[in-house]
Amino acid sequence: MRPFAYQRATDASAAVAALAVAATDNNPLTESKVQPLAGGTTLIDLMKLDVMRPSTVIDINPLASAWSAINLDGGNLRLGALARMSDVAANPEIQHNYPVVADALRLAASQQLRNMATLGGNVLQRTRCTYFRDVSYGNCNKRNPGSGCAALEGINRMHAVLGISEQCIATYPGDFAQALIALDATVEITGRSGVRTIPFSELHKPPGNSPQIETTLAAGELISGFSIPGRWPRSVYLKARDRQSYEFALASAAVALDIQDGVVRDARVALGGVATVPWRAREAEAVIKGQKLDDGLAQRVAEAAFATAKGNKHNAFKIGLGKRVVARALHQAAAMEV
Amino acid sequence: MSMAAPEPKANMGQSVPRYDAVAKVTGRAQYAADVPLANPAYAYLVTSSIAKGRIDRFDLTVAKQVRGVIDIVTHENAETLKEPKLSSNGGYASTTIQPLKSPEIAHEGQIVAVVLAETFEAAREAAHLVKVSYTAAVPTATFDSPGTTAARAKGQLSQFKEDPAVGDFAKAFEQAEVKVTASYETPTQHHNSMELFATSCVWNGDSLTIYEPSQYVYGLKNAVADQLGIDADKVRVINPYVGGAFGSKGSMTPRTAIIASIARRLGRPVKLVATRDQGFTIATYRAETRHVIQIGAGSDGRLTALRHEGAEISSRPDAYAVGGTKTTTRLYACPNVASLVSIVRADRNTPGFMRSPPEVPYMFALESAMDELAVKLNMDPIELRRVNDTSKEPIGGKPYTSRSLLACYDEGAKAFGWANRNSQPKSMSDGDWLIGYGCATTCYPTQMAPAAARVRLQRDGRARVEIAGHEIGNGAYTVIGQAAAERLGIPFEKVSVFIGDSDLPPAPVAGGSNSTASTCSAVITVCDQIRRRLFKALMPDENLVDKAKETVGLAQPPSTQAAQSDRPLDLDRAFDALGVSVVEEYGEWKPEGAPMDSFRAMHKGEVRMVGGDKMSDKIAYAFGAEFVEVRVNRWTHEIRVPRIVGAFAAGHIMNPRTSHSQLMGGLIWGMSSALHEATEIDPRYARYVNDNLADYLMPVNADVPSVEVIMLSEQDDHINPAGVKGLGELANVGTNAAVCNAIFHATGQRIRKLPVRLEKLEA
Repeated sequence: MRPFAYQRATDASAAVAALAVAATDNNPLTESKVQPLAGGTTLIDLMKLDVMRPSTVIDINPLASAWSAINLDGGNLRLGALARMSDVAANPEIQHNYPVVADALRLAASQQLRNMATLGGNVLQRTRCTYFRDVSYGNCNKRNPGSGCAALEGINRMHAVLGISEQCIATYPGDFAQALIALDATVEITGRSGVRTIPFSELHKPPGNSPQIETTLAAGELISGFSIPGRWPRSVYLKARDRQSYEFALASAAVALDIQDGVVRDARVALGGVATVPWRAREAEAVIKGQKLDDGLAQRVAEAAFATAKGNKHNAFKIGLGKRVVARALHQAAAMEV
Repeated sequence: MSMAAPEPKANMGQSVPRYDAVAKVTGRAQYAADVPLANPAYAYLVTSSIAKGRIDRFDLTVAKQVRGVIDIVTHENAETLKEPKLSSNGGYASTTIQPLKSPEIAHEGQIVAVVLAETFEAAREAAHLVKVSYTAAVPTATFDSPGTTAARAKGQLSQFKEDPAVGDFAKAFEQAEVKVTASYETPTQHHNSMELFATSCVWNGDSLTIYEPSQYVYGLKNAVADQLGIDADKVRVINPYVGGAFGSKGSMTPRTAIIASIARRLGRPVKLVATRDQGFTIATYRAETRHVIQIGAGSDGRLTALRHEGAEISSRPDAYAVGGTKTTTRLYACPNVASLVSIVRADRNTPGFMRSPPEVPYMFALESAMDELAVKLNMDPIELRRVNDTSKEPIGGKPYTSRSLLACYDEGAKAFGWANRNSQPKSMSDGDWLIGYGCATTCYPTQMAPAAARVRLQRDGRARVEIAGHEIGNGAYTVIGQAAAERLGIPFEKVSVFIGDSDLPPAPVAGGSNSTASTCSAVITVCDQIRRRLFKALMPDENLVDKAKETVGLAQPPSTQAAQSDRPLDLDRAFDALGVSVVEEYGEWKPEGAPMDSFRAMHKGEVRMVGGDKMSDKIAYAFGAEFVEVRVNRWTHEIRVPRIVGAFAAGHIMNPRTSHSQLMGGLIWGMSSALHEATEIDPRYARYVNDNLADYLMPVNADVPSVEVIMLSEQDDHINPAGVKGLGELANVGTNAAVCNAIFHATGQRIRKLPVRLEKLEA
């Protein structure tokens, strides 16, 4: 960790102004010398590891009074970006109307981390790729663009099989984002020129040729909230992992179904633990819509979800595992009493 | 009484609460890095990012500009220290690879520089700014990597003297009715004690005080003195509490003498707390192993032939091996046995002791193979152990001092509900979960080493016990206090215990599960000296020998002494007769069969461990039977362990509460060694990849819903005065095999390579 200045933002405009100061060069946002601090569960960790080296940290927690509300009005869900993961996961109305949201949050990290971590910070959580997190490896395209990818030929059991490139196979580690992308959530972004709203699916950028650029956020922009249209009581988040708690997904599925008279009218499938970004499996959704769910259909949906997947030395198992997780999640959602 | 503090059975002490419980839960217990120092310099290590090659140059310009930096020590300016000798080869050190000596790099994470600064933060910042240029060579990572060399372990290190064999294995295997041949692998594991590798060194004139978590303060004191070239009496090691060690703090690591040397040069105290990831490379680890087991048996299940071949990874310069065939070749009756242990060298740091060093990997292989044999015979695996039980080990024909293995199986099976097991694989399930039951044997050698103690008894019935033992979470304070209280006939609350300080009378390394047997035997011996003095004062005319026997219970067989010292002395009368108010005794105890030089070696910090298979006319082991229920998810293949039951017999149980904790922790560790713990090595770089607690998995609470520990009554009069068989390393042995045996039962799939990850199970 290196010395840094600590500033408390008094309000949103002061926060974005402070963040915009350092954003004059073409560096990716994650390399910016000024970083926002919310729960700190990722930023402080990466600063200790010398992966992130901000010279100024802007504490945005004072904005919590404005940015941490949970609203279920008019059939939509709005979540403030500074709401704590634990508070949202424990909300009975969310548990009832959006089980996929509550479970994705509940199954992430540990209670202590969920008490600190905010929703906005959580969706921006950076990869757990061990080569990314250890600066003694020179070859990481995320940290040092053009230096190569140590994981490609290295220990890559935890790495991604979808959305990968020759430059980077680092997995997007979060859970909550899969629920958001599945439910067509939008992100509210506050910047110097006001508030803009984009689909959540447009927030993250797959690595492609520039894995150092992880989101479409511009300098001086902060996520201020999320909105989810409609209610999804028939939804599940299924997470397969090496231990029962406090562990990242090897493969997970966020599934939401609208079933009328036994026929799937609408279906959402998103995948976690297997892709470089929050991953919506639209090809899979197309297979299921208008059909009656049975074993064969669930299998075809799962196949479609992983049609473009590509495994590496240690993670090819994630393709088969991911398919079975999708199939199980579909059955589980279909069996729910709503 | 509660689950955590079981009701004592016959030949068990009381379940008194831990002596140090309140200090620990209130944070009052001071660990090495907690000790406040006057004006310390803070050290931060810079470690090598290559595993083989040499340092070309350092660029320290930017690092030295960090405010508060005092100095940066590298091989170019470090003091030359005497080369250490490996502990498993008669020395004190965990490795002979000495950093800061030359530009050569022998393994990843080798210390290449030490930054000293006025604050920890400045030292860390500067360490991140140290630039090291290397010329890297292609390193050899592990088995199957190009460049390994392999050779038979026997003859390479003094600790491994034989490849046990008897009869004619080849012929018997050839003729066997039923045969099993299988290969097994266990992974690299790191201790990951909660307490980090910390060292503070304080010089006062020519005297050095070291605050460092250690399992062996006398070893460390003598080791550092030797490396620095000073008198061992000038060195004091203090560590009243150790926050977990598991073998990693048993021998000196290079950092201690380096920090002591820097402190001497700076003329001020120096404090180092190495980071979690540095702990993977500046200390030792459990090396990966490979095994081939061949078993031949008759159709009745009786073993006729057994061969165990093991191979272990070590560093280039150091021949370290755990060599577990000494246990696996002696566990079951078998007339024809062969074995071979090899050491395979790679560009790695030197491995070392880790909880049950030989037994965890070697018993995994044997107890998995026994299960495979039971399946082939269509025999219940407990029945297979029953027909092969023995009261004499087969290699030398020596009798076990006591052996309650089958009783453990019977008690454990009953508690677990083994009778409900359908013996067919894939026959039991619950919804999405396949269920499997598995079992395995555990055993651990009963070991003792010479120890000394000083005991003071006051007229008011208060006692003070001093012994340089070690509180590594084992309950040392508690059982030492109990031994004195029982022997002197005073309440436990009136005993003060002082340990973890090399200025106290010497005790052996807290390793090999010898601690309770050794320290309590020494304390009992010295308490008896006090009783004799008091008795002599009371009845000077009596025949001392006969009366002493009667009064202090010396006529009783050793193992019942502690339990039967229930005749309180009349202290007022005794002290009146003696004419003083305090008596103090120092005494030394050595176990039967200890070598002639034992006491001299004890003061030099050299261990003379006896027991286990090393005795001339007998063999002493503790035993247990472990039962595991696994559940394997049909869809995800996730493996969970909802229940573990372990039944153990280990002679006199000093304290059922602390023993229960040790055994429960061991069972969880054993399950973890099957399913979770593994250090991944990048074969290209010979580097540990998951060197942190987020990526090096161990069970969390949700992974351990139920653990049941059963302690059987057992009395053994042939081991030591305390009648104690060590159990700290008993419960984590065999659990890995029990888990895999249960997985086979659940799925029909035999996993022979640990850890079992879900991808190893086929759909």
